[in-house]
Amino acid sequence: MKHLLKLTIAIVSVLVAFTSCNNTSKSNSGALSSSAAEKVYVAPGDHDEFYAFISGGFSGQLSVYGLPSGRLFKVIPVFSQDAEKAYGYNEETKPMLNTSHGFVPWDDAHHPDISQTNGVIDGRWVFINGNNTPRIAKIDLSTFETTEIIEIPNSAGNHSSSFVTENSEYVVAGTRFSIPIPQKDMPIKDYKGNFKGSLSFISIDPEHGHMDIKFQLIMPGFDYDLSHPGRGKSHGWFFFTTYNTEEASTLMEVNASQNDKDFIAAVNWKKIEEYVNNGGGTMMPAKYAHNVYDEATHSATSTMKKEVLTVNPLDVPGAVYFLPTPKSPHGCDVDPTGEYIVGNGKLSANLTVHSFTKMLKAIEDNKVAGEAYGIPILNFEDVLAGVVEQPGLGPLHTEFDGKGNAYTTFFISSEVVKWKIGTWEVVDRQPCYYSVGHLMIPGGNSQKPFGKYVVAMNKITKDRYLPTGPEVTQSAQLYDISGDKMELLLDFPTIGEPHYAAGCPADLIKPRSKKLFKLEDNKHPYAALSEADTKVVRDGKTVHIYMTTIRSHFAPDNIEGIKVGDKVYFHVTNLEQDYDVPHGVSMIGANTSELLIMPGQTETFLWEPKQVGVWPFYCTDFCSALHQEMQGYVRVSPANSNTPLKWSLGEDIE
Amino acid sequence: MKKSNKLMLLAALLPLALFIFPLWNITLEAPQYPIPLGMNIHINDFSDAHPHDIKNINLMNHYVGMKYIPDAIPEFKIFPAGIIITTILGLIIAFKGNYKWFLFWFILMIVISSAGLYDFYLWEHDYGHDLDPKAIMKFTNPDGTVMGFQPPLFGSKDILNFKAHSYPRLGALFLGLGIAASLIAYLVGKKNKNRI
Repeated sequence: MKHLLKLTIAIVSVLVAFTSCNNTSKSNSGALSSSAAEKVYVAPGDHDEFYAFISGGFSGQLSVYGLPSGRLFKVIPVFSQDAEKAYGYNEETKPMLNTSHGFVPWDDAHHPDISQTNGVIDGRWVFINGNNTPRIAKIDLSTFETTEIIEIPNSAGNHSSSFVTENSEYVVAGTRFSIPIPQKDMPIKDYKGNFKGSLSFISIDPEHGHMDIKFQLIMPGFDYDLSHPGRGKSHGWFFFTTYNTEEASTLMEVNASQNDKDFIAAVNWKKIEEYVNNGGGTMMPAKYAHNVYDEATHSATSTMKKEVLTVNPLDVPGAVYFLPTPKSPHGCDVDPTGEYIVGNGKLSANLTVHSFTKMLKAIEDNKVAGEAYGIPILNFEDVLAGVVEQPGLGPLHTEFDGKGNAYTTFFISSEVVKWKIGTWEVVDRQPCYYSVGHLMIPGGNSQKPFGKYVVAMNKITKDRYLPTGPEVTQSAQLYDISGDKMELLLDFPTIGEPHYAAGCPADLIKPRSKKLFKLEDNKHPYAALSEADTKVVRDGKTVHIYMTTIRSHFAPDNIEGIKVGDKVYFHVTNLEQDYDVPHGVSMIGANTSELLIMPGQTETFLWEPKQVGVWPFYCTDFCSALHQEMQGYVRVSPANSNTPLKWSLGEDIE
Repeated sequence: MKKSNKLMLLAALLPLALFIFPLWNITLEAPQYPIPLGMNIHINDFSDAHPHDIKNINLMNHYVGMKYIPDAIPEFKIFPAGIIITTILGLIIAFKGNYKWFLFWFILMIVISSAGLYDFYLWEHDYGHDLDPKAIMKFTNPDGTVMGFQPPLFGSKDILNFKAHSYPRLGALFLGLGIAASLIAYLVGKKNKNRI
């Protein structure tokens, strides 16, 4: 009996030992995740390898992340007011948000794209579209500030935008919703045949990046969803996916999903450019705002434009063709060689790839299957390069690694699928958490992608992060694609809805990033370039305060003679000329945001004092050891008082 | 021209490099300044090592009551004149003089350079110790005396959160080479003289 007990204990001990062995080997699988951690770990003080510009979706902004760390560096205000940076609040940037509908403080930011030279990302500007009140913005990547916004007339739901041609000749903006062009009062049910869709080609000044609408192609009333430029051999063409070729105007989810095939519109923009340069096209009355920020005056101006050049595609034979593409295609992606055009038919089980060479051949052989409103439709079989069979459900967007592979997101099956260009075989798939929309490989929209990472942008996160009430964060996921198999490395939260992204190597941008604005270049009309230039000037009920900041005081910091009912403009110049020394300023009761003024910059806020008293203002950015002392007072007297206008620094007001 | 006179000619010309290259440099390192602040001292100017460095040194130093680094000091007129005069003197000696004059020029240059360094020290001392009585931050030494912020004349020194470095630059090297060359010219001349 004793022996039996001993035996039992021995057996149990051995079992326990084995079990714990098993446990040990299980915890060894942690080695895999630690290698993922190493791949995304950027040591303190080290820099990321890539910049990622991720759209902020309905936040209206553009976020700047580092890859592979997934660290957020900056949110660049683009289409929405940003109280933190005074964008759209200060007098200098209010004109940036002006439109033909007046001041619009918000938009839905969608598809960032980086400028290119010779088919390669050049890191000078990033363009992004506002979807709701159609606009294209240009962000200067030396300052990471929005420096230009142009409104797009004859457009609604500016979605197949803002993609750049391979020498940054044009940034293109296509309408998602067709509308009456010109707008008029008419029954909605008369949509079919009467509504039109515009595709706008906006020229980019090669030196300053200034945008100007060169021409608008007035197309049939479909929905133009996404687009991409041709490159290499197909440079000179632009491709747009369409849906709602049914031209329905109600219960679109059903009525716009009836046709077996919609189209990819292939537009020979070089041909139309030539036509327009030779005097072609019709100038049409239009009203749209063009807002330009000037770095020298630190101020934006808004100009209302009066007309736009339109082109009827039927007037330029051979300029536009329709390529039949199954089931409401979303992404319209061109591979790095320019040969393959991928139509991501979002309601199709297959992925359709067209061949540019075959398209040219079909055009040459005049193999036309039919026409839509006079625009020739090519035969599906004549232009088809291949089909990726049953890769997943709900293909949305394809990017390329430059090594012969393509990566497509599938919204419904929530995954990224890797497949081979040419053989059309699926080689790998990785799940996304959850419901992935678009994806990004740095340099993806160019001849030279940097195929090391892919970022997937998800629409839903549910349980992936600590819960924050009903509204939870949106997120992106980083995959290593340098090997045969994709490896999920990192989840990271994003702002707004991350619709789309563009990325590039940090070395393209980092050396050009500005550290400060030179004071001697400051041409702001209300700048005070030294403390000797500070003053307070009354003009009727308007008062201009020419103020300066430097560690750690305002000049002047005592002001008297302001009256209730005045309009007081604080024009504040930051006299600092050192990297990363901004000053802020805010006034009690001002019906606006603070200012955050970079070294050498001048910004202005308006204060309309409503109450008699002595009211303080202070620096809002922790600028120095004496930041807490950086404050001042304004004496506000009754409207009918005779308090003389006086200002001072460092002495009592006499 | 004799070899020793050629050497003397070189000796007289080398200090002219002071009009091109800075004489001295003071650099201030601190954690918040990954690119350190620096000031180059020329014989006729103070210049920024990186744009706006002097302005930012002034901004830092005003917290402890130090005066702004002046745009110009009398030395900026005296030093260039001194260099031009000694160069002309050196040239005359190189063409007309013998080795004894070379020694005279060598001693003259040693005296003038020492006077310059002493002047620099006096300025530094004043700059580091003549503080505004209304200084924002006042520091005392362990013995209770008011802390000075004089940068080192030569070498490196910790001053509060900064590490200050003070070292000669290319201009000083050329000056030193010129002075050394005059001594060699003297020795060579003397040797040749003895041989004859």
